[in-house]
Order: sequence, then C-alpha cells, then structure tokens
Amino acid sequence: MNSSILVLIETQRGELVEISFECLSAARAIANSTNSKVIGLVLGKNAYQIATKLGSCDSVYWNELDGAELVPADIVAEALGMLIKNTNASTVLIGGTNNSLGLGSRLSAKTNIPFVNFAQKITPVDSDLVVTCRFLGGKILADVRLKGSKGIIVINSGAFAPDLGKTEGTPHCEKLDGLVSKPRITFKKFIQPAAGDIDITKMDVLVSIGRGIQNPDNIPLAEELAKLLNGAVSASRPVVDQGWLPLTRQVGKSGMTVKPKLYLALGISGAPEHWEGMKDSNMIIAVNTDANAPIFSFAHYGVVADIFDFIPVLKDAIQKHKK
Amino acid sequence: MEYLTLTAVPIRPTYWNIPKWAEICQYIGGFLAVIIFLWGVSVHIRRWKLGQPEKFEWRLRERISALFQYALAQAKLAIDPYAWIMHLAIFWGMVFLALGTALATIDWDVTHLLFNFQFLKGSFYLAFEVVLDIFGLALIIGLLLALFRRYILKPERLKMTFFPTFPLDSLFLIIILLVIALTGFLIEATRLAVQKPQWQWWSPVGSTLAMILPVNSESSLRSAHLIFWITHAISSFIFIAAIPYTKAFHLVSSAVNIFLRNLNPPGELKVTSSSGVRLISDFTWRQLLQFSSCTWCGRCQEKCPASQSGYSLSPRNLILKLFTYLKNNGTTDHSRSTEDFVSGLHGTVVEPSELWACTTCRACEEVCPVFIEHPRSIIDLRRCLVAEGAVEKSIANALNNLNRYGNSFGKSDRMRAKWTQNLDFKIKDARKEDVEYLWFVGDYASYDPRMEPVTKAVATLFHKAELNFGILYEAEKNSGNDARRLGEEGLFDLLREKNIQAFEKARFKYIVTTDPHSFNTLKNEYKLNGTKILHYTELISDLITLGKIKPKQKLNITATYHDPCYLGRYNNIYEPPRKILNSIGINLIEMPRNRNNSYCCGAGGGKIWMEETPNIKERPAENRVKEAAQLGVSLLVVACPKDLAMFRDAVKTTGLDQKLEVRDLGELVLETIN
Amino acid sequence: MNYLVLIKMVPDTVEEIELLPNGQGIDSSLTRYKLSDPDEHAIEQALILKEKHGGNITLLSLVAPEVDDVLFTAIAKGVDRAIKINIDQTNLTTTSVASVFSLYIKQSNLLSDPATLILTGSQASDDLDGELAPIIAENLSLPVLTVVSGVTLNQNLTQLVVFKEFSGGLRGEFELSLPCVLGLQSAESPPRYVPVSKVRNVMKSSKIENVELPDFQPSQMFQIEKLYKPEISTHAEMLEGNLEEVADKIASILSQKGII
Repeated sequence: MNSSILVLIETQRGELVEISFECLSAARAIANSTNSKVIGLVLGKNAYQIATKLGSCDSVYWNELDGAELVPADIVAEALGMLIKNTNASTVLIGGTNNSLGLGSRLSAKTNIPFVNFAQKITPVDSDLVVTCRFLGGKILADVRLKGSKGIIVINSGAFAPDLGKTEGTPHCEKLDGLVSKPRITFKKFIQPAAGDIDITKMDVLVSIGRGIQNPDNIPLAEELAKLLNGAVSASRPVVDQGWLPLTRQVGKSGMTVKPKLYLALGISGAPEHWEGMKDSNMIIAVNTDANAPIFSFAHYGVVADIFDFIPVLKDAIQKHKK
Repeated sequence: MEYLTLTAVPIRPTYWNIPKWAEICQYIGGFLAVIIFLWGVSVHIRRWKLGQPEKFEWRLRERISALFQYALAQAKLAIDPYAWIMHLAIFWGMVFLALGTALATIDWDVTHLLFNFQFLKGSFYLAFEVVLDIFGLALIIGLLLALFRRYILKPERLKMTFFPTFPLDSLFLIIILLVIALTGFLIEATRLAVQKPQWQWWSPVGSTLAMILPVNSESSLRSAHLIFWITHAISSFIFIAAIPYTKAFHLVSSAVNIFLRNLNPPGELKVTSSSGVRLISDFTWRQLLQFSSCTWCGRCQEKCPASQSGYSLSPRNLILKLFTYLKNNGTTDHSRSTEDFVSGLHGTVVEPSELWACTTCRACEEVCPVFIEHPRSIIDLRRCLVAEGAVEKSIANALNNLNRYGNSFGKSDRMRAKWTQNLDFKIKDARKEDVEYLWFVGDYASYDPRMEPVTKAVATLFHKAELNFGILYEAEKNSGNDARRLGEEGLFDLLREKNIQAFEKARFKYIVTTDPHSFNTLKNEYKLNGTKILHYTELISDLITLGKIKPKQKLNITATYHDPCYLGRYNNIYEPPRKILNSIGINLIEMPRNRNNSYCCGAGGGKIWMEETPNIKERPAENRVKEAAQLGVSLLVVACPKDLAMFRDAVKTTGLDQKLEVRDLGELVLETIN
Repeated sequence: MNYLVLIKMVPDTVEEIELLPNGQGIDSSLTRYKLSDPDEHAIEQALILKEKHGGNITLLSLVAPEVDDVLFTAIAKGVDRAIKINIDQTNLTTTSVASVFSLYIKQSNLLSDPATLILTGSQASDDLDGELAPIIAENLSLPVLTVVSGVTLNQNLTQLVVFKEFSGGLRGEFELSLPCVLGLQSAESPPRYVPVSKVRNVMKSSKIENVELPDFQPSQMFQIEKLYKPEISTHAEMLEGNLEEVADKIASILSQKGII
C-alpha cells in the first residue's frame, strides 16, 4: 500500500505533549508493516522547531500561526482536511486528550471518513485496519474494521509504547499555507490552576503514601520521587488524619477520586475505602512489606519490599531510564 | 410584752402584726401576680397550639405513673445523686411551702371567713408547723447546694453561650427563692421572739433563728417582722408572676411535657410532614411543648458524641434556639410563607452543619430529665433540606445508590449474596423454599469485604446449630432505617415497599438480622404484624440456652462489650449479648459508659456516608476505643457491622492496633464450637 | 432563552454487561442502563443557567431501558419539557443518535430562536464512533466547544464565556455566540439531589412527550467485527528479583507507557 498515515502532533502552549509520541509510534508500526509513509502535522507556537526533530516521520507539515498558544479546532480540522486531500493519507491518528476531543468526530462528519474512538491496538489486515477499542469503562473490547485503512482513529493514552515515535532525525519539513478558516470561537486566555495546594485529581502521576511512611519526616522521600515523575504526593486516610498532609491530598471514599496514568502506592494496605478512590487508575503499582496486603489483589504490578529500601533504588532506576 | 394567753389549743396567728393596708395590698398583689402568671402561661399555650396536630393516645395509667416517677420523684436525675437530692429538696421544699400557703389561705379566707372555723389549730397545726419548717430548711439547703455547684464547682454543661430569657436567669431563680425562704423563716423567728408561745419548738428552725436574732425590743422585732413580711410577699409575687417569662417556666412545662409525652417505642420515628420542617409552625404541638420544657441542664450536650467531638451540634442549644425563636416570633408566624426555602428556620436559626452532625444515637433523649426528643426534631429539619435537594455530594451519592442499587455501596444488587459463594454449604433461598428463620443480612454484612469473614461465621454458626434459615439473596434491599433518619422519607418508603414485596413472596416464621439498624426499622417501622423480629444476639443466646449451640472451648479472655445504640438504647436489648459472652468464657469488664449510657461509634444517622468534617479533635469511635483500652482489656466485642468498621478504623488511627482487637460476637461464638 | 439538553443512556458498568450472542451488540434486555454522567452535568448546567437567566429547558432523549426514570427525575429538578423520540437508542452508534437529534431539531424548528443553547455531555463511555456534541454541531452548522467546565451568559443572552479543561488543571477561557453547542465535562456544582417523593409526584402529575421520527435511517461508517470482554486478572503481577532488578523492570514499564 502506498497510502500515508497522518498523525496530529499535539502541543500545549508550545510544548510537545507525550501522547504525540505514542501516536507516532503507532503510526510507525503500521507504516513499517504496510510500507506506507508517516506524515506529521504540527501547528502553533514552536511548530517548526518541533517539526524538525520528528525523526519517526517521513514528512512534517507545519505552521506557526503567528505563535498561537492555542490553535483553534476549526483550523486544525481544516489543516487535516487539506492534508488528507493532498497527501493521499487515508488513516489519521489523533491522541485522546482534552484538547483534541471532538476534533476527530467533527472531521469525520465533514469528510465522511469513519471515526473510531478509544483505540488500544491497530492491526493491519490485508488492505484494511482492524482497530481494537477499549470502551464502556474498559469493560468491553470492540474489534472494528476500517475498510481500505480509511479512518480517523483516536488513541487511548497509555495504549501504545512511545519508543518507535522517539526516533531521532530530521524529516522533510514543509510549511502548510492557505489556512483560511475563521473560527467562530474566540480563545481569550489560559488560566493556571490557583496557587495553593495541588489538585491531585488532575495529576497524571501520583506517588501515594500510607501508614508505611511511619512519620512525617519521611514524606520528602516520596516528594522527590514524585518530582522525578512529574507527579504529586497523595495519601491514604491515616496519613491525613495524623495531620501529616492536608485533606486535599487524601485519596479514597472520604477524600478525592483520582484516575491518574500511574498510581504508585507505597506502604498502603489497600482498604476498600481507599480502593474506591483510585480503582480507575490506568496503572497501579504497589509496594508493601505484607505479601497479603489487599492492594495486591487490584494493583497491576506488585513488589514485596520495604519502601525505605526500595524508594532510593527506584529513583536511581528512573533517572537512568530518563537519560 | 404581749404574751399569748394560755389558750389550750394552738392556732395559726394569721396576719399577726400586719396592718390592714398591708393585708389588702397582699390580696391585690397576689391577685395581680396570679393574673400575670396565668396570662404568661396562656401565651405559651397559644404558641404550642401553633404546631401541627399529633396523634395522642390517652393511656392514662402510664401517663399518671410517669408523672409520679419523673415529675414528682424526678427519677431521671438519680444517676447524678448530687443534682437529684439538690433538686428534690428545692422542688419539694417549694411544693410544701406553697401548699402551706394555700392551706393558710383556705383556713383564713374560706373556712374562717365563711364558716367561722379554722382547721390550722391543735395538733394538725403543730404538725403543719414542723413539716413546713423542715421543708423550708430543705429548700434552703437545696438552694445553697445549687449555688455551690453552679458558681464554685462550675460544671461544663451548665455554661451557656446564649440565654433564651436573660443572662442572669438561673441566678435570679436561686436568689429569689432564697429570699422567699429566708424571709419566711425570719418572719417566723421575729414573731416567735415576740409571742413566745409554748408550742414554739414545733417550729424548730424559726425558734432557733429567734434565739440568735440580734434585736430584743418588741417594737424593733415588730418592725422587722413587718419588713420581712412585706419583702416575702413582694418577692413571692415577683417569682409567681415571672414564672412564665423565666427559666422557672419549666416548673409548668416539664410536668405537662412529661404527662403528654410520646409513649411510642423510640425506634418508631414520628414523621409529621413528608416535606419536613421549614417554619416553626411546621413542628407539632408536642415538639413546641418540648422546646418550652428545656431546663437548660445541658446533660444532652454532655452525652452527645457530636458535641463532645467538636462538631457544631449542641442538642441543648438547638432546642433552646428553637424555643427562643418560638418565643420571639411564634405568635406572628401564622402564614406559610411562599418565599424560597432560605427563609424560615434554615440558615437563620439552625445551620445545616448542626443538623447533619447528629448520629441519631438518642443519648440526649435518654438522659433528658423532661423527655425532650431532640433527634426527632433534627430529622424533621433534615427532611426539609432533603426536600430542597440541599445535601452534600456524599449524601446524594449514598441516597442515589440506595435508590438505584438498593445498597449504599453502589454495587450491583446481584453481588449482594456473593459472600455465600465460598461457604462449604448452600444457604437456602427463602424466595424459593420455606424457612423458619429469614436472615435479613443487611448492607454492610453483605457488601463490606471486611465483614465477609464475620457474615460467613454467623452463617456457619446457624448451619452448625441446624437452624432452618434462608436469605433473600438479590431481593433483599437496604432496610431504609438510615435513609429515613437522613430525612429521605420517600426513599425509605421505596425500600420498605421492595423489602415487603420480597417478604410476601417468601414463607418464614421469624426474621433475624445481624444489623441493629435494620433490626430497629424492621421491628418498629415495617409493621409486619405477627412476625417476630430478632437480633442475632437474641437468637444465638436462645440457641445456647436450648443447647443447639454448645460452646465447648471456652475462650478465657477478659474483654469489654460495646452496646450498639440501635440495639440497646433504642430497643432495650442488653442481656442476650452478655449471656452469650458469659457462655463462651469471656470475663466481661463493663465499659464505664455501658447499656443505655453507651457512647455511639458515630456511624448512625447516615454519618457513615458523609464526608469527614475537618478539624475534629477526636472522633467518637476514637474516644470509645480509648475508653476500652483504658480498662486494660485486649478485646472489644461488638454486635453491629458498623461498629466493627468504625472501631477497627479508630484502633488504627489512635495507634492502638497492637493493643486492642475488635471482634464480632458471632465470630467469637463460632470459635468456641470448633 | 432556550436550553436544549440532549441525553444518552449508557450501559451501567457497575453491573455485568451482557453481549448479544453474535457479538455484534449489547443485549439491552439483560443490561442495566443509566444516564451518561457528563449528560447529568449538562442537565445541571442548564438548570443553573435557567436559575440565573430564566428560560425554558427542553430535554431530548431516545428510547432506552430506564430512561423514563431519568426524564421524570429531570422534570423534578426543573426541566420544563421532556421529549422522548420513539427510536431504540441501544445499539445505535453515536453518529446515528446525533442524526436522530439533528433531524428532530430541524423538523420541530427548535432552533428558531437564536437565543438557544444546546447542551450535552462531553463524551459518553460508549462513544465508539464519535461524540455527540461535535457531530450535532456539524449537522446543524453551529460552533461547538467540548470538555466544558463553566458557562456564563451575558445580559443580552447572545454571548457565552466558556471554560474548557486542559490537562494538569490548566483551563482555557473562550467566547462564542448563541446559538451553539457545548459538551459539558462538569457543571459548576455537582448534580443536585432530588428526593424520591418529588420524583414520584412528578410521575403522577407530569407527562413525557412521545414523538415519532419516521424519516430517520440509522447509519454506520464502520463494521464492528465483534464485541468481547477483556481478560481480567485478579491479582497483581508480582515483580521478582532483587531491588535493583525490580526497580529496573518498573522503570522500563513506565518508559513504555510514556510516563518517563
């Protein structure tokens, strides 16, 4: 097949968003097995600079749009529509983020190209693509066939490993001109979250501590780990009850309900009230000295270890992998 | 010197030394005082009549007996001996002195005036004198005890943060009664000092006082006598006239309230209006009467787990705020305002946080000397908030879950009987087979994973005792007890309907339940005529007595037991759990606060579903486990799944988890028969 | 001011979801349905706006198990009209549902007043082939914004200031004119509670309007091969080895997932 796979490279305020690599990775995998090309689209602030580093793409179209921090959805849709027409791209990959939510649906309604959501896996079969989607709260999987690989696919965060998308190199870059949409929605400004304590429900990574932390002097250990992972420290109820952390950090039935990408439970036994507050986390890794702790029955990965021995070793390993 | 002629018969020297003008003023003053008193009482009655109707059952024998027990003998105070004796002395002192005055009035103004004879003469008069002296002395001693306690000992519960009448009301009451009593004795003393009758020592107090009077001359004694007499008259009239306008009104209202009180079982909640109370006139006459009966004693506040933990609820303050509002606005609050719900009592007189803090444990009601039903009024007020949807998210979630899934956990109703899967025997399905005992398991016992071993243990116990029992599997719904106490009456009706439908399809003789909350509503509010409802402790106790359960390996542990609110205080079941403990070899050391004085774990009234309130110094469950630990026992036995959950949690947060174990009674019994 | 709230019923994931024997759809006779959570927020936001600015709220739905309860509850909360379109929503794709709503709105002239706001949830758990808000917006040629968490209306009822959620707590402020479509993520305050007694009263006193839409044809742009349930593990995968080995394994997993 010689069609192309178009990937929307997402940025937030001029910074590349992680899921873009996952999309590129997925695209690259399909492209390699179907002998197709991967085309990227980057719009907005720093678009050119970002475009030049996307080694996993065969070509990248870009437009800085006067350094816009937020690119209106209408323009993105117009750009994608243009590229679909001009580059023979039949498959479009978009990351499942708040920013891009609705974009694919609208594009599909405009262009009559099928739209598929919640993609977990994409398998080329003959000239088609079979997309495995995980929906209904993860309880049901759907295998959907896109004839002729024609489709706009939104990818679940965390479904694809980003490695293939991080290939170094400089692709062929071309400025995309002729975007004429006049958006009917005016973007005014971004609003940062209020100063004061962190909203743990909005964090992608939570390093959560339980009674195993033993005393408040040990909390900085968890905080350093959280910082490494760009996350925040949260806690189970006993820790908050003792006054070691504020109520805003409490996870559980009488605290917050969180759904982060990673929930690292350190020294938490996993009482039902706690489980209620974090059961929908994308990935749960638990560390506890008690092999029979209830948390191991619903975590994805478990380690039986003393958290004080393990945290420093984990920090080293993470730092190594970051390089 | 005027000596009394040696008449053979003693007789009451009415109006001795009292000039005619004083006598006439006294009658006028007395008349005015009584008119003002009656007027004041009528205003109170008019306010009570503002309330909604409430069904009233005469049951005269019970009511009169209650009057004797609680109004005359003041039995509710017996747990506080100092207060009991003090108050009996004041009360009976006053009653007798008032009776004495009444007899004297009849003697002079009726029998003497109209029929030309006096009965206050001879030995009757002497008895009259001595009795009044003794009770007069008792009154003074009582008042001195009161002053000592209030101003020297200063117990916490007597401290008021606001005053329904005026700040020095309590002091006024004590002082004015002291003035009346002291002047009374001084009148007697000065007269005896002049008259010196032979029988004067029939007035021992007066005579003793006469001996130590610093004046001697007859004229000074007579002047003093008149002054004391006038003071006595004026202070008495002030006291009588002021009764309806001061704290002293409880003299009238508490007796009325005790007589007219609600005789229904406490576990049967009285619901006046399905939309709850918004205006003061939405309460019933009985509730308004209760608000007016409060004696400001503060015992309810002292017993309240919410108050003691630092929540914003004080049962006494709530009642007094409602009383004050009634007093200030009651007679003008006729119309049902069509303003939005922010008007009325909510947000102005009572705050939602006060209402939601209540666990409905009824410790306040239990200790109240005048039978005020605080929880009932709180729930009525809650019902209005619920009707407006003014509930916090966690309550809304719990209620929505109860409605949709029939349990507060938000889990599928198909999961209700999942706990039965790992048993090595099959529990009968009461929907399909006849059983003798229908086991109403309850939400917490069915769905809370921590309760699973306990529920299985009870099932195994029933099985080993060869009990013919079954459960309703998915057809069982939450009993609705706590939904009703949250104020969601419609939801309670819905749950009750569904459960009763399930009961009707099944065939059984008895219902047994592990959860005291379910037990309470099934027994008192479901009206399942003819079906006996048992708590599992009652059943297990019976089974042990009948030899169906034979505890062989006695435990030989020293432990303490927590009386659940809905089993103990609500339904008077204290002995069966204790019998069980005895049979299984537990050496019971009673909690300091046991039986009807038990201290709530804090889960009732829907509180178990509410979000934590920040800045609470010590939660009720934490306080309770500390109380248990202080006894030096290593085991706290419970008979309620919510107690188990709350205490196990509290043991962790207070750092007692190595020292105190919390176990369910059923589980312990199973251990002894294995 | 007119508020049109479009709602969808979705399978209740608290229960087991039963699939049809041919794996082509959900067995709605054995599955419980509930109102999609974001749609509940859309209703709440409409109620909040109505309380502030007045107007009428019309709720549109299709036929699905337990939808009547939802409609009566909404009326009890303050919705003025509840219209149930007589088409079975279960096993219809979101695109089809969107065309039902668009067709009905056009045929009934519900957009005749320019001071009209269409509200629906930002995304539903069964939005396999798209989200309702953007598809409706495209069908009706209206501007749309999704992941909305705050809405304010100006005095003249012509302009909206809308807040959209990005990641990490960042929000964006946008302006757009009526008529338009908003996909709500969360209302300004949690959906209000309405007591059972009130809903029961509404059931006795109010009516749901049942309407027909004979011109509707369902459409589907892709073919579902099959629906099936994922393998569920009941225990964590325990990582063995010494601390360094385990830490390394975890770091790899995190790297693969894009977390580091």
